[in-house]
Amino acid sequence: MRVTLHQDKCVASGQCVLAAQEVFDQRDEDGVAVLLDDSPPAGAHDDVRHAAAVCPALAITLAES
Amino acid sequence: MNTTRDVVIVGASVAGLTTAVTLRTLGYDGRLTLIGDEPHTPYDRPPLSKQILAGTWEPDRIRLRTDEELAALDAELLFGRSATGLDVAAGRVLLDGGDSVPYGSLVIATGVNPCRLPGVELAGVHLLRTLDDALALRAAMLRGPRVAVVGAGFLGAEAAAAARGMGLEVTLIDPRPVPMRRQFGDRVGALVGELHQDHGVSVRCGTGVNQFLETDGRVTGLELTDGVKLDADLVVVAVGAAPATGWLRESGLLLTNGVECDATCRAAPGVYAAGDVASWHNSHFDAPMRLEHRLNATEQAQAVARNVLGAELPFAPVPYFWTDQYDARIQAYGIFPADADLAVLHGELDSRRFVAAYGHRGRVVGVLGWNCPRELRTLRRLVVERAPWSSIGAQECLTAAW
Ligand SMILES: Cc1cc2nc3c(=O)[nH]c(=O)nc-3n(C[C@H](O)[C@H](O)[C@H](O)COP(=O)(O)OP(=O)(O)OC[C@H]3O[C@@H](n4cnc5c(N)ncnc54)[C@H](O)[C@@H]3O)c2cc1C
Ligand code: SF4
Repeated sequence: MRVTLHQDKCVASGQCVLAAQEVFDQRDEDGVAVLLDDSPPAGAHDDVRHAAAVCPALAITLAES
Repeated sequence: MNTTRDVVIVGASVAGLTTAVTLRTLGYDGRLTLIGDEPHTPYDRPPLSKQILAGTWEPDRIRLRTDEELAALDAELLFGRSATGLDVAAGRVLLDGGDSVPYGSLVIATGVNPCRLPGVELAGVHLLRTLDDALALRAAMLRGPRVAVVGAGFLGAEAAAAARGMGLEVTLIDPRPVPMRRQFGDRVGALVGELHQDHGVSVRCGTGVNQFLETDGRVTGLELTDGVKLDADLVVVAVGAAPATGWLRESGLLLTNGVECDATCRAAPGVYAAGDVASWHNSHFDAPMRLEHRLNATEQAQAVARNVLGAELPFAPVPYFWTDQYDARIQAYGIFPADADLAVLHGELDSRRFVAAYGHRGRVVGVLGWNCPRELRTLRRLVVERAPWSSIGAQECLTAAW
């Protein structure tokens, strides 16, 4: 799985961090999401899919291999 | 598992589309029909009053799904068609044009329609709900008008901020004493008012509109309840919205405040509702709720998709809402009753960088952050845990370390 984060769309809601905190974090200054791991291990895939599905800004896209 | 083989979804925006996507993700391989009355392929609304109005994004960027993703849904997409009625006994949705579609399970996701005022039919008066509304409003703002915004909820406040961003003269009018009072109460509402004043908006809260002034069918201004006559070439009416349930009037469904549902978002056997149109019992707060929030539309649609497939689980979220105005990003988890207590957990109100908790009946029911996304996310757990209000003092010491 490849994760892409579009920071220009992110609205800093933090939903991705709530869903998958090993894969996403938020910047200190403005809360915009940062990607910690763009090819997360299989064990995190469900959480990452959940993050992408709930993101209210559609800022996370996934390419499933 | 429910054995439904025929799901019809009415309303093809966030809630409707998310229901469809989630059904397929969960393995549903029966018939799927998505009916939506807008001519556009489904798009997202929050950017309408922000990037679209400001002109920083092209409309293409707010599409909810690409054409390929829509095709992959393997659904019958009836876009540009409206549902005109519902026959629950026969299990059919009636469409404009007189035909009808049968359903095994029905999901109602028709959202809300903006409320109108006498005068909205005048040229120069705008509502803001759809992409076409936003594009028309932007085009009109580019002509450099004097702007009056009627209604200082989040939508009116965002529209005022966008107009100031274009250098326009703006007046923000609301009969309530401060902006966003219904959402966040007096104290935080007053801060929103100051924010707008600091950015050069003439804030006239505590004043209503008596009538629209016009010449030859075009608006020229407003007469306010304090007798003032205000000149305006463009008026934005943002006075709330009402559930889009007109097409359900004869259906027999209970429509007190939107489509009334139980805790699993079910309105009748085989009939569910999701998004802005749905009213349901949120067991986390033990309260009836209808939310006009972007994240709720997604989460409720996901819950409804699971329940359509037989999960029968209550939907009991902690609501989340945000609004962007100028450089302020206000985010909120939970509920904000008018008589709630307020305590600052982090930062200071006047510095416009803080997190505040709202307490009601001895519990933390909401947390609100102003330019504090990370801290707010951490403190969300107080609402999840329904922390006793009396524990907030200890919390202040904890957060003082930040
Ligand atoms: C300008 C704007 C800015 C916003 N900003 C924010 C924000 O910053 N933060 C936030 O949390 N929320 C925000 N929201 C709210 C958020 O966009 C809504 O909560 C969300 O769109 C709800 O989705 P929905 O699918 O339930 O309803 P809608 O998006 O209203 O979709 C309902 C769809 O059903 C269609 N429909 C209605 N009746 C029929 C019928 N009879 N037959 C067929 N189709 C029908 C409608 O045309 C529409 O396409 C904003 C809303 C607006 C308008
Ligand atoms: S869920 Fe989406 S909008 Fe929210 S912080 Fe993550 S990427 Fe940004």
